[in-house]
Amino acid sequence: MKIQVNNRPEEIERTEMTVQELIDYKNFKFKMLVTKINGKLVKKDERNTAIVKDGDDVTILHMISGG
Amino acid sequence: MTFKEIKKIVSTKTVGIAGCGGLGSNCAVALARTGVGKLVVADFDVVEQSNLNRQYYYADQLGQKKSFTLSDNLYFVNPDVKVIAHDVKLEPKDIVRIFKDCDVIVEAFDQAEMKQMIIETVLREMPGKPLICGIGMAGFGNNNSIRMDQHDDLYICGDMETEIADDCPPMAPRVGIVANMQANQAIELLIKMCEK
Repeated sequence: MKIQVNNRPEEIERTEMTVQELIDYKNFKFKMLVTKINGKLVKKDERNTAIVKDGDDVTILHMISGG
Repeated sequence: MTFKEIKKIVSTKTVGIAGCGGLGSNCAVALARTGVGKLVVADFDVVEQSNLNRQYYYADQLGQKKSFTLSDNLYFVNPDVKVIAHDVKLEPKDIVRIFKDCDVIVEAFDQAEMKQMIIETVLREMPGKPLICGIGMAGFGNNNSIRMDQHDDLYICGDMETEIADDCPPMAPRVGIVANMQANQAIELLIKMCEK
Protein backbone atom coordinates (compact mmCIF):
# COMPACT_ATOMS: atom_id res chain seq x y z
CA MET A 1 0.00 0.00 0.00
CA LYS A 2 1.00 3.60 -0.60
CA ILE A 3 0.24 5.95 2.27
CA GLN A 4 1.33 9.32 3.62
CA VAL A 5 3.00 9.37 7.03
CA ASN A 6 3.50 12.85 8.49
CA ASN A 7 3.09 14.43 5.05
CA ARG A 8 5.72 12.12 3.47
CA PRO A 9 4.96 9.29 1.01
CA GLU A 10 5.58 5.76 2.28
CA GLU A 11 5.26 2.43 0.49
CA ILE A 12 4.75 -0.67 2.66
CA GLU A 13 4.51 -4.31 1.51
CA ARG A 14 1.14 -4.83 3.18
CA THR A 15 -2.45 -4.30 2.08
CA GLU A 16 -3.42 -2.92 5.48
CA MET A 17 -2.15 -2.67 9.04
CA THR A 18 -3.24 -1.25 12.37
CA VAL A 19 -1.97 2.10 13.59
CA GLN A 20 0.04 0.29 16.28
CA GLU A 21 1.65 -1.96 13.65
CA LEU A 22 2.60 1.12 11.66
CA ILE A 23 4.14 2.70 14.79
CA ASP A 24 6.18 -0.47 15.36
CA TYR A 25 7.10 -0.68 11.66
CA LYS A 26 8.36 2.91 11.74
CA ASN A 27 10.22 2.06 14.94
CA PHE A 28 8.73 5.05 16.78
CA LYS A 29 9.80 4.60 20.40
CA PHE A 30 8.27 7.64 22.10
CA LYS A 31 5.73 6.88 24.82
CA MET A 32 3.57 9.92 24.18
CA LEU A 33 2.04 10.06 20.72
CA VAL A 34 -0.95 11.60 19.02
CA THR A 35 -2.19 9.59 16.02
CA LYS A 36 -4.62 10.50 13.24
CA ILE A 37 -5.91 8.80 10.08
CA ASN A 38 -7.12 11.18 7.37
CA GLY A 39 -7.37 13.97 9.93
CA LYS A 40 -9.49 11.91 12.34
CA LEU A 41 -8.07 11.34 15.81
CA VAL A 42 -7.18 7.75 16.77
CA LYS A 43 -6.94 7.61 20.56
CA LYS A 44 -4.32 5.51 22.28
CA ASP A 45 -6.70 2.65 23.11
CA GLU A 46 -7.92 2.53 19.49
CA ARG A 47 -4.49 2.05 17.90
CA ASN A 48 -4.70 -1.77 17.94
CA THR A 49 -8.00 -1.75 16.04
CA ALA A 50 -7.81 1.31 13.76
CA ILE A 51 -6.84 0.17 10.25
CA VAL A 52 -4.51 2.00 7.87
CA LYS A 53 -5.07 1.17 4.19
CA ASP A 54 -3.90 2.24 0.75
CA GLY A 55 -4.17 5.98 0.16
CA ASP A 56 -4.55 6.92 3.83
CA ASP A 57 -2.94 10.02 5.25
CA VAL A 58 -1.54 9.12 8.66
CA THR A 59 -0.20 11.52 11.26
CA ILE A 60 1.97 10.27 14.12
CA LEU A 61 3.08 13.11 16.38
CA HIS A 62 5.66 12.74 19.13
CA MET A 63 4.85 14.60 22.32
CA ILE A 64 7.99 15.99 23.94
CA SER A 65 8.16 17.73 27.31
CA GLY A 66 9.33 21.33 27.50
CA GLY A 67 7.81 24.76 27.36
CA MET B 1 -1.20 45.71 5.33
CA THR B 2 -0.34 48.59 7.63
CA PHE B 3 0.02 47.92 11.34
CA LYS B 4 -3.13 49.99 11.86
CA GLU B 5 -5.07 47.65 9.56
CA ILE B 6 -3.63 44.57 11.24
CA LYS B 7 -4.47 45.92 14.67
CA LYS B 8 -8.03 46.75 13.61
CA ILE B 9 -8.59 43.08 12.74
CA VAL B 10 -6.81 41.39 15.63
CA SER B 11 -8.40 43.74 18.17
CA THR B 12 -11.72 41.98 17.48
CA LYS B 13 -10.22 38.51 18.09
CA THR B 14 -9.69 36.22 21.07
CA VAL B 15 -6.76 33.86 21.62
CA GLY B 16 -6.69 31.18 24.32
CA ILE B 17 -3.36 30.23 25.87
CA ALA B 18 -3.16 26.96 27.81
CA GLY B 19 -0.22 27.34 30.20
CA CYS B 20 1.59 30.48 31.34
CA GLY B 21 5.19 29.19 31.44
CA GLY B 22 7.96 29.78 28.93
CA LEU B 23 5.78 29.35 25.86
CA GLY B 24 2.56 30.86 27.20
CA SER B 25 3.97 33.97 28.86
CA ASN B 26 6.15 34.95 25.91
CA CYS B 27 3.48 34.15 23.33
CA ALA B 28 0.95 36.23 25.28
CA VAL B 29 3.30 39.23 25.34
CA ALA B 30 3.78 39.07 21.55
CA LEU B 31 0.03 38.86 21.01
CA ALA B 32 -0.62 41.72 23.45
CA ARG B 33 1.94 43.94 21.71
CA THR B 34 0.24 43.19 18.38
CA GLY B 35 -3.06 44.26 19.90
CA VAL B 36 -5.12 41.07 20.03
CA GLY B 37 -8.41 42.11 21.65
CA LYS B 38 -8.76 39.40 24.26
CA LEU B 39 -6.44 36.80 25.72
CA VAL B 40 -7.73 33.90 27.82
CA VAL B 41 -4.84 32.49 29.86
CA ALA B 42 -4.76 29.54 32.26
CA ASP B 43 -2.20 28.01 34.62
CA PHE B 44 -2.22 26.56 38.15
CA ASP B 45 1.43 27.18 38.97
CA VAL B 46 3.32 29.91 40.84
CA VAL B 47 6.40 31.79 39.64
CA GLU B 48 9.64 30.14 40.80
CA GLN B 49 13.25 31.26 40.65
CA SER B 50 14.06 28.59 38.04
CA ASN B 51 11.38 30.02 35.72
CA LEU B 52 13.13 33.37 35.35
CA ASN B 53 15.63 32.01 32.79
CA ARG B 54 12.89 32.06 30.15
CA GLN B 55 9.46 33.09 31.41
CA TYR B 56 8.02 36.60 31.26
CA TYR B 57 8.06 37.34 34.99
CA TYR B 58 10.20 39.50 37.22
CA ALA B 59 12.38 38.70 40.20
CA ASP B 60 9.96 40.43 42.58
CA GLN B 61 7.08 38.19 41.45
CA LEU B 62 8.33 34.91 42.93
CA GLY B 63 5.62 32.87 44.65
CA GLN B 64 2.78 34.62 42.82
CA LYS B 65 0.20 32.79 40.71
CA LYS B 66 1.36 32.75 37.09
CA SER B 67 -2.06 33.34 35.52
CA PHE B 68 -2.81 36.50 37.52
CA THR B 69 0.80 37.73 37.38
CA LEU B 70 0.89 37.34 33.60
CA SER B 71 -2.34 39.30 33.45
CA ASP B 72 -0.64 42.12 35.43
CA ASN B 73 2.43 42.08 33.20
CA LEU B 74 0.31 42.15 30.04
CA TYR B 75 -1.44 45.25 31.35
CA PHE B 76 1.90 47.06 31.45
CA VAL B 77 2.67 45.85 27.91
CA ASN B 78 -0.67 46.93 26.47
CA PRO B 79 -3.52 48.12 28.71
CA ASP B 80 -6.01 47.87 25.82
CA VAL B 81 -5.89 44.06 25.82
CA LYS B 82 -8.58 42.35 27.84
CA VAL B 83 -7.08 39.43 29.76
CA ILE B 84 -9.17 36.69 31.36
CA ALA B 85 -6.94 34.71 33.74
CA HIS B 86 -7.87 31.28 35.11
CA ASP B 87 -5.95 29.77 38.03
CA VAL B 88 -6.66 26.13 37.17
CA LYS B 89 -4.89 22.88 36.32
CA LEU B 90 -6.58 22.28 32.98
CA GLU B 91 -8.52 19.09 32.35
CA PRO B 92 -10.45 18.21 29.18
CA LYS B 93 -13.74 19.61 30.46
CA ASP B 94 -12.05 22.91 31.43
CA ILE B 95 -10.43 23.24 28.02
CA VAL B 96 -13.77 23.09 26.23
CA ARG B 97 -15.43 25.44 28.75
CA ILE B 98 -12.65 28.03 29.01
CA PHE B 99 -11.53 28.17 25.37
CA LYS B 100 -14.76 27.52 23.42
CA ASP B 101 -15.16 31.17 22.33
CA CYS B 102 -11.51 31.61 21.34
CA ASP B 103 -10.68 32.02 17.65
CA VAL B 104 -7.38 30.20 18.11
CA ILE B 105 -5.90 28.13 20.96
CA VAL B 106 -2.19 28.06 21.80
CA GLU B 107 -0.87 24.98 23.61
CA ALA B 108 1.81 26.12 26.05
CA PHE B 109 2.21 23.27 28.52
CA ASP B 110 5.53 21.79 29.56
CA GLN B 111 4.58 18.12 30.11
CA ALA B 112 4.20 15.77 27.11
CA GLU B 113 1.14 14.17 28.76
CA MET B 114 -0.61 17.55 28.91
CA LYS B 115 0.27 18.30 25.28
CA GLN B 116 -1.28 14.98 24.26
CA MET B 117 -4.34 15.70 26.41
CA ILE B 118 -5.11 19.11 24.88
CA ILE B 119 -4.50 17.91 21.30
CA GLU B 120 -6.83 14.94 21.77
CA THR B 121 -9.44 17.12 23.50
CA VAL B 122 -9.45 19.86 20.87
CA LEU B 123 -9.43 17.42 17.92
CA ARG B 124 -12.28 15.43 19.39
CA GLU B 125 -14.41 18.00 21.20
CA MET B 126 -13.73 21.18 19.22
CA PRO B 127 -13.37 20.16 15.55
CA GLY B 128 -12.19 22.95 13.25
CA LYS B 129 -10.68 24.99 16.10
CA PRO B 130 -7.08 25.93 15.25
CA LEU B 131 -4.59 24.65 17.84
CA ILE B 132 -0.97 25.80 17.79
CA CYS B 133 1.43 23.59 19.76
CA GLY B 134 5.06 23.91 20.78
CA ILE B 135 7.01 20.66 20.63
CA GLY B 136 10.80 20.40 21.08
CA MET B 137 12.72 23.53 22.08
CA ALA B 138 15.17 22.57 24.83
CA GLY B 139 18.86 23.50 24.87
CA PHE B 140 20.56 26.17 22.78
CA GLY B 141 21.82 26.72 19.23
CA ASN B 142 20.69 24.77 16.16
CA ASN B 143 18.45 27.53 14.84
CA ASN B 144 17.68 25.78 11.58
CA SER B 145 16.07 22.80 13.31
CA ILE B 146 13.14 24.93 14.48
CA ARG B 147 10.20 24.92 12.09
CA MET B 148 6.43 24.51 11.78
CA ASP B 149 4.43 21.49 10.58
CA GLN B 150 0.72 21.69 9.76
CA HIS B 151 -1.73 18.81 10.12
CA ASP B 152 -5.15 20.25 9.16
CA ASP B 153 -6.12 22.63 11.98
CA LEU B 154 -3.21 21.50 14.14
CA TYR B 155 0.02 23.48 13.89
CA ILE B 156 3.24 22.26 15.54
CA CYS B 157 6.10 24.68 16.15
CA GLY B 158 9.50 23.52 17.38
CA ASP B 159 12.27 21.10 16.47
CA MET B 160 9.99 18.10 17.27
CA GLU B 161 13.04 16.46 18.88
CA THR B 162 14.80 17.97 21.89
CA GLU B 163 13.37 16.89 25.21
CA ILE B 164 14.18 18.75 28.40
CA ALA B 165 16.73 17.08 30.67
CA ASP B 166 19.31 18.18 33.25
CA ASP B 167 21.88 18.49 30.48
CA CYS B 168 19.39 19.96 27.99
CA PRO B 169 17.49 22.66 29.89
CA PRO B 170 14.80 24.92 28.49
CA MET B 171 16.28 28.40 27.96
CA ALA B 172 15.03 31.83 26.94
CA PRO B 173 16.27 31.97 23.33
CA ARG B 174 14.83 28.74 21.90
CA VAL B 175 11.70 28.75 24.08
CA GLY B 176 11.19 32.39 23.07
CA ILE B 177 11.62 31.56 19.37
CA VAL B 178 8.96 28.85 19.54
CA ALA B 179 6.61 31.01 21.65
CA ASN B 180 6.90 33.80 19.10
CA MET B 181 6.41 31.36 16.21
CA GLN B 182 3.18 30.30 17.88
CA ALA B 183 2.14 33.96 18.20
CA ASN B 184 3.13 34.57 14.58
CA GLN B 185 0.98 31.64 13.41
CA ALA B 186 -1.92 32.85 15.55
CA ILE B 187 -1.77 36.32 13.97
CA GLU B 188 -1.65 34.81 10.47
CA LEU B 189 -4.74 32.71 11.22
CA LEU B 190 -6.63 35.66 12.73
CA ILE B 191 -5.93 37.81 9.67
CA LYS B 192 -6.92 34.96 7.30
CA MET B 193 -10.20 34.45 9.17
CA CYS B 194 -11.09 38.03 8.39
CA GLU B 195 -10.19 37.68 4.70
CA LYS B 196 -12.55 34.73 4.24
